[in-house]
Amino acid sequence: MQFITDNLLSLILFSPLLGGLIVLLLPGGNKELVRRGALALSLIPFILTLVAWFGFNAAAEVDGFRFQQQVAWYPAINSSFHLGVDGLSLSMVLLTTLLAPVAILASFSVEEKIKPYMALFLALETGMLGVFLSLDLLLFFVFWELGLVPMYFLIDQWGSKTGERELWGGMKVSARRYASFKFMVYTMAGSLGLLLAIQMLGVVSGTFDMLALFQTWPGLTGSLFGLSIETVKSVAFWAFAIAFAIKVPVWPFHTWLPDAHTEAPTAGSMILAGVLLKLGAYGFLRLVLPLYPAEAAQYAPVLALLATAAIIFGALSAYAQTDFKRLVAYSSVNHMGFVVLGIAAAAYAAGTESATIALNGVVLQMFNHGISAAAMFFLVGVIYERTHTRDLGAWGGLFPLVPVFGGLLIFSSMSSLGLPGLNGFVSEFLVVRGAWPIFTLFTALSMIGLLFTGAYILKGIASTLHGPLNEKWKGHISDISRREILVLAPLVVLMLWLGLWPAWLLSVINQAVVGLFG
Amino acid sequence: MIPYILSAIVFLPIVAGAVLLFLPPSNRQLIYRFALAVALLAFLLSIVVYFSFDAAGPRYQFLEKYDWLPALGISYHVGVDGITAPLVLLTGVVIFTGVIISQRIDERPREFFAFLFILASGVFGVFVSLDLFALFFFYEIAVFPMYLLIALWGWKQTREYAAMKLTLYLFIGSVVALVGSLAMYFASGLDTFDMLALEGANFSADFQNFWFPFVFFGFAVLGGIFPFHNWSPDGHVAAPTAVSMFHAGVLMKLGAFAALRVGIMLLPIGAHTHMPWIILLTLVNVVYGAFIAMVQTDFKYMIGFSSVSHMGLVTMGFATLTYNGFVGASVQMVSHGVMTALFFAIVGMVYDQAHTREIPKLGGLMRIMPFAAVAFIIGGLVSMGMPGFSGFIAEFPIFMGLWAGGYPLIAIIAAISIAVTAAYILRAIGRVFFGELPAELEGHMHDIQPSEKLALGILCLIMITIGIYPNVILPMVQAGVNTVLALVGGS
Repeated sequence: MQFITDNLLSLILFSPLLGGLIVLLLPGGNKELVRRGALALSLIPFILTLVAWFGFNAAAEVDGFRFQQQVAWYPAINSSFHLGVDGLSLSMVLLTTLLAPVAILASFSVEEKIKPYMALFLALETGMLGVFLSLDLLLFFVFWELGLVPMYFLIDQWGSKTGERELWGGMKVSARRYASFKFMVYTMAGSLGLLLAIQMLGVVSGTFDMLALFQTWPGLTGSLFGLSIETVKSVAFWAFAIAFAIKVPVWPFHTWLPDAHTEAPTAGSMILAGVLLKLGAYGFLRLVLPLYPAEAAQYAPVLALLATAAIIFGALSAYAQTDFKRLVAYSSVNHMGFVVLGIAAAAYAAGTESATIALNGVVLQMFNHGISAAAMFFLVGVIYERTHTRDLGAWGGLFPLVPVFGGLLIFSSMSSLGLPGLNGFVSEFLVVRGAWPIFTLFTALSMIGLLFTGAYILKGIASTLHGPLNEKWKGHISDISRREILVLAPLVVLMLWLGLWPAWLLSVINQAVVGLFG
Repeated sequence: MIPYILSAIVFLPIVAGAVLLFLPPSNRQLIYRFALAVALLAFLLSIVVYFSFDAAGPRYQFLEKYDWLPALGISYHVGVDGITAPLVLLTGVVIFTGVIISQRIDERPREFFAFLFILASGVFGVFVSLDLFALFFFYEIAVFPMYLLIALWGWKQTREYAAMKLTLYLFIGSVVALVGSLAMYFASGLDTFDMLALEGANFSADFQNFWFPFVFFGFAVLGGIFPFHNWSPDGHVAAPTAVSMFHAGVLMKLGAFAALRVGIMLLPIGAHTHMPWIILLTLVNVVYGAFIAMVQTDFKYMIGFSSVSHMGLVTMGFATLTYNGFVGASVQMVSHGVMTALFFAIVGMVYDQAHTREIPKLGGLMRIMPFAAVAFIIGGLVSMGMPGFSGFIAEFPIFMGLWAGGYPLIAIIAAISIAVTAAYILRAIGRVFFGELPAELEGHMHDIQPSEKLALGILCLIMITIGIYPNVILPMVQAGVNTVLALVGGS
């Protein structure tokens, strides 16, 4: 027991990876064993996270990072294996370890090469958790990049089988290869600036420890490389910001997202939208705001403008889609826009009450979007498995054929829409309430985006469930299965719970927001 | 401290090579087993050297010194420091894995292994020599068998051309370096070729500025420095698999290392004068090499140009003349050596079965040889500098060295190569190992043998171990770099 509490974060971090290795050693012929084994193994980090969650709450009044661990890792350049959580990272860790078993349960329908699939999935979980848990800048980058590799292979190998893309030169490649390649190279290229900026910070400061850098870096004066420190910091700020903006994704860096989300296997999309996008927003909160408070305030209007564009164009693009999965993918651009809007507002007016409200909303919105986007992608996957099409025009009037599915789809859509009483409303309200006095115009414009959110959500529901019944599906479509309901159950419960009583999560988030930016 | 261990390592292969020539040529089984046993022994000895090197101990360890030509101040003086101990291990690994995968050498295997072992002796000799003359002696021993190995056992279409080109480039380079070294010998007035003595020769600034380029470029040709890199991809492609592994994995390190040991360490003022423009050449190596690799359709040429790009990072790290740059470059020599040996081994395995190296004509090999495919993916991740693997551990400090040395623009431009590398590696993985197996290859391909899996497994294990736990190599490298810095100055 002592061992567990002393090494809690390391255990959370590495238990999925170890689980993945165990899965590889299971006998391959027994698919059911591999599936259940992977599910059982993915529950371990979740249980450990609950231990951390309740241990954390007991000491919520303590400022700063809990459960810290620090071991020498790369002493030649002063980088150490330093983990720790505050309310911000802990809520993201909870989201990750919760969605992982859910996504693995959703993957029970995968039939091909399930051993490497499950192993990669668990490795991906370690990569994402590492980003949330790291308190060392180099370690952060290590996990930031490492998570790309499993995702690349998940899309490339288990993505949708149909579809082709023509490249320049007329060569044709499968859509999933195109999407995975674009995802990987786009993100890696986007991270180059981050990599360079991290190197520069390390050279200038002589350490990669975030807690030390938060103290020294923002107050640094003088000149570097023959340039004024302000210029260097501005460039470094944009290097960080662009890397994270690509991941979020902020308009106009979002073009990898619809491809990757659409071609990924269902569970891959769930994790992509549910957790991977949060990595970018987390980067803004964990690194950009504390390291570059002045630059963040200076450039916040630009970010707010891009966020507003993401909200409006994301919604409009979603409305224009005929592919249900693409529609949901663009809805992520729309919803994550609110996250960035809140971050920009908080950066502009750091320390004010509105900023605190906005940041609380931002983190809650990250959590909420994780849950509802995962649910939406899963529901699209459910109907795709039955009909082998994602074309919105191919369905229609399915509600009487699949009543339970229909109910769940409407419920999740309403959560995504921001219906009061469900989770999305609370967080979007907080963001808007916080951002309104700071960026009134942008916030007002983004309300237009919210209008279109309603439009595309209803379009999705209407063209699947309502209207005249497409006779083709009569007798060929079965309602949602018990396993699939089990996948959705925790998500649906959380949507309602967070909508009615978000305080349990907000109190943890608020601790971090006040501690960091208060 | 085990006495005579370095001499044992240096002379074991060449003696074994001589013995090989007396074995009956018809008994191939015996020849292969004998070669394998010798390679294993060399590997084990190099492991002993690596793990008994004391990072906190004296600068050079396992020292041996005997007079050779005392009248000229030439001695047989060997020892390893923190930079060369890992390189000795690297050589041991590559010779062992290279012999393992050379099972299918049908033509005169006896002579093949004999030459390969002579080459190995030369390589070991250069890494451990502390005498300038001995270093040249072993250097030529390492270069000469390359000619025969490529010309006799190489790819039939280009082997004569490639062998001749390689030999000419390297001989001219070594002659230029030799001239510089002789200048040092005469100017020092110490009547010795002992490098430890020459380190204290206090050459004048003018002397150093004039002779540094001779010595540095003379050796750096073998390190593949732009614009003298042209021999290297041709040589890689024409060489038989084990020789390519040796060539890219170890021999190119020989050039970079000798440029460091003789050029930078003996002529530090010259290094400070010239590095600010030499670093531009290494930048060309890194970025241009990566772009050229991207447009290759021949699998082996792609790997060959990727070596040019990655070796550019080694010389770039040296050229920063900073602590981080030296540390990164030293780790990169090992990391790249292992990675590229792995690449060439796999390319060889694919070519042996498919009889083509055209990337568009390959496909779907994941199903046929999953172990090799996964190993190639691991090597690919190292190549693109993915964190968690040795490439990242090596490249990150090199870039830090660029920042610390005051070359922020170079760092930014060089970073492009990371994205380009990712693009061509992913493309190769996607085309060769995934997708559909071409119809004409159906039935002609089979999985690799267990011994080959062992070889690939060893190489992968090293790359992952360094990536996850860099301290397995760093204390040693740091100790070595500190002595370099003591000569070169800086922090």
